Amino acid sequence: MKRWLIAALVLLLGKLRPPRALPPGRPVREPDRRAENLTFLLLLCAMAAAAAFIAFYFANPDTQFLGATLGLAFVLLAAACLVAGKRVVPQIEGVKERPELEHPFEQDEVVAVIAEGGEGVSRKRFFLLAGGGAAGLMGAALLTPALSCGPEANRVLSRSPWNRGRLLVTELDEPIVAAGIVVGELVTAFPSGADKEDIASPVIVVRVRPDELDLPDDRRGWAPEGLIGYSKICTHAGCAVSEYRYPSYGPTAPGPAVVCPCHYSTFSVTEGGKRIFGPAGRALPQLPLAINGDGQLVADGDFSGRPGPGWWGVRK
Amino acid sequence: MIRRAVRFLDERLGTAPLLKKTLQYVFPDHWTFMLGEIALYAFVVLVATGIYLALFFEPSLAHVTYQGDYAPLRGHEMTKAFQSTLDLSFETKGGLLLRQTHHWAANVFVAAIVLHLLRILYTGASRKPRDLNVWIGTTLLALAVFEGYAGYSLPDDLLSGMGLAIGYSVLLSLPVVGAWLAVLVWGGQFPGKEVFEPRLFITHVFVIPIVMATLIAIHLAIIVRQKHTQFPGPGRTERNVVGSTLWPSYALRSTSLLLAVAGVLLLLGGLVQINPIWLYGPYHTYSATNGAQPDWYIGWLIGALRLMPPLEIHVFGYTLVPNPFFGGALFPLLVFGLLYSWPAIERRITGDHARHELLDRPRDVPWRTATISAFFSWVAVVFLAGSQDQVALHFHFSYVGLVWFFRVASVVVPLVVFFVTRRVAAELKETELHPLRLDR
Repeated sequence: MKRWLIAALVLLLGKLRPPRALPPGRPVREPDRRAENLTFLLLLCAMAAAAAFIAFYFANPDTQFLGATLGLAFVLLAAACLVAGKRVVPQIEGVKERPELEHPFEQDEVVAVIAEGGEGVSRKRFFLLAGGGAAGLMGAALLTPALSCGPEANRVLSRSPWNRGRLLVTELDEPIVAAGIVVGELVTAFPSGADKEDIASPVIVVRVRPDELDLPDDRRGWAPEGLIGYSKICTHAGCAVSEYRYPSYGPTAPGPAVVCPCHYSTFSVTEGGKRIFGPAGRALPQLPLAINGDGQLVADGDFSGRPGPGWWGVRK
Repeated sequence: MIRRAVRFLDERLGTAPLLKKTLQYVFPDHWTFMLGEIALYAFVVLVATGIYLALFFEPSLAHVTYQGDYAPLRGHEMTKAFQSTLDLSFETKGGLLLRQTHHWAANVFVAAIVLHLLRILYTGASRKPRDLNVWIGTTLLALAVFEGYAGYSLPDDLLSGMGLAIGYSVLLSLPVVGAWLAVLVWGGQFPGKEVFEPRLFITHVFVIPIVMATLIAIHLAIIVRQKHTQFPGPGRTERNVVGSTLWPSYALRSTSLLLAVAGVLLLLGGLVQINPIWLYGPYHTYSATNGAQPDWYIGWLIGALRLMPPLEIHVFGYTLVPNPFFGGALFPLLVFGLLYSWPAIERRITGDHARHELLDRPRDVPWRTATISAFFSWVAVVFLAGSQDQVALHFHFSYVGLVWFFRVASVVVPLVVFFVTRRVAAELKETELHPLRLDR
């Protein structure tokens, strides 16, 4: 503390003292008064801005006030450093030779040192192999516990909550009355009683005119009354296929289709989920639908393929 | 192969001279020089196992009802932190092994640092120019103790909750500002808001480890710059360093030490149970258990808290110093303050400002050996006082009697140790007898 006081005193008095004489022969660098004054001013303003930040923090912690004052404090301090660096202190140009990178002599020495460390050791190759083998297996052993992080992939990815007779419900767990779905509407449905966040759960259900349908032969009867269901999870990168293109403008669009808004993979609704545009590599899995005695939608089996993005065993 | 690799790097980074210096770097051979290395390698094990634990641990105080594999606790209310630690222990393959290894590694880490510190102080390695590294090393010791405390406070079991209650009370007891600090740290009154657990977690897994890793790097860089000390011997002077070169023998021996430390810690972690939180159960503010013992490196603080007479300082109706301050804050501040200032104290006493590269044997400087022994015996007596409840239980001594015994011992023992050590060291110095062997 005492030292700081003395330092401050020296700084103050320094202004009053006559400038020290420079050694003869060196050009005297005149102080740039204006730049110095500007630096002082900027420092004072930075102080004020920082103090304002503290004041706003207690008095009115509004994001705009806080950000403006603290940001301004930094910008003012940056400006002060810039002015000081460019105008207040002398600009001294330095030239330094780049060191040679290559050391041919030392390279040989290093090789010699390494070779010296193997002197009088027989079967070096054997030691290298055995040492490498031990290191490799130790590495494998150390990585093995990472398998505890989760279950085996195929077991989890192949699960599906859908089966014959499973009721389709809305987000609010209400059964879906088949007659309530009109042409042009997209309904999101889930298997009753299952986890809605499971990516094998959500399906989209739309109604098309039965004469529009062009399903593969083995899916006849999967779309009663033109009600057709697909997995809602894009087979490209797992986003929800949430856009429905219907009615379409005949001359340019090839028919009703659902679109994933992430990378615009587009799947035909009438042709069994066939990809008609975009990067997806597989069709949307179709869910066979049926209508039960109460007129509600139920699943008539599992998906036509694995829902969600692809992996090693996706077509198994 | 080797030649090509050396040339490849040299042509791009100019590393051949550095590589040569590194390969020929000299390590003096003495077994006590391994203590610091053991600490370093325990740190490596701590980081590796800690990363694994962080993949499973949930730092959350959200309440859940336990339905896991450990039957005695099924149906109990607990926090996610406690539950995920149970799951990690009982349902994760290899989880308990690495959790116990992590815990053992923490205990060994602090022990190795303390022994390393003793070696440094007893042999005069703390003198100029290494006072710098004494400060860094002492900081690392303090951080290691705090880091261990933060670590075993995370699972929210009964023991960790009791430890946090004490830590909260000590922070609260700091004169004037304590209350504000404690409430800031806990986000409210103890046991605090739910946000306390993530705060403790980020402190334990990121903030402190980053600081420690940086300080370790500086600690080692200073050693490389200053080179190791060495004991006096033929051909050894204040201006050279004699020992094995890094390549090939020392590299293999040090690798062996790393593997041995990891091996022993894994053996301990697999074979010797430590911190069985399922026996302690989840923490509640209204629960505490008798005979609870923290990790050993907290023992000296427990001891100080137990030995301190019921003194509190009041000023104008305000409580300036609540009682936990003396044992929980003042005592460690005093101990660490002495450690930090030891190089300066020694310079003041001896008037010796010279650079020292050759070590003393402990007997060579009896007053120093006696002073350090007295200091550590003082801390050790207080440390032992931390286990007086166990002593009272197992040996049927009166607890009150033990408290008075340790209070007296904490004053008498250092004095006795000082004079005995000074005498023994002087005797050994004169007779040149080996303390453990009869021949000369």
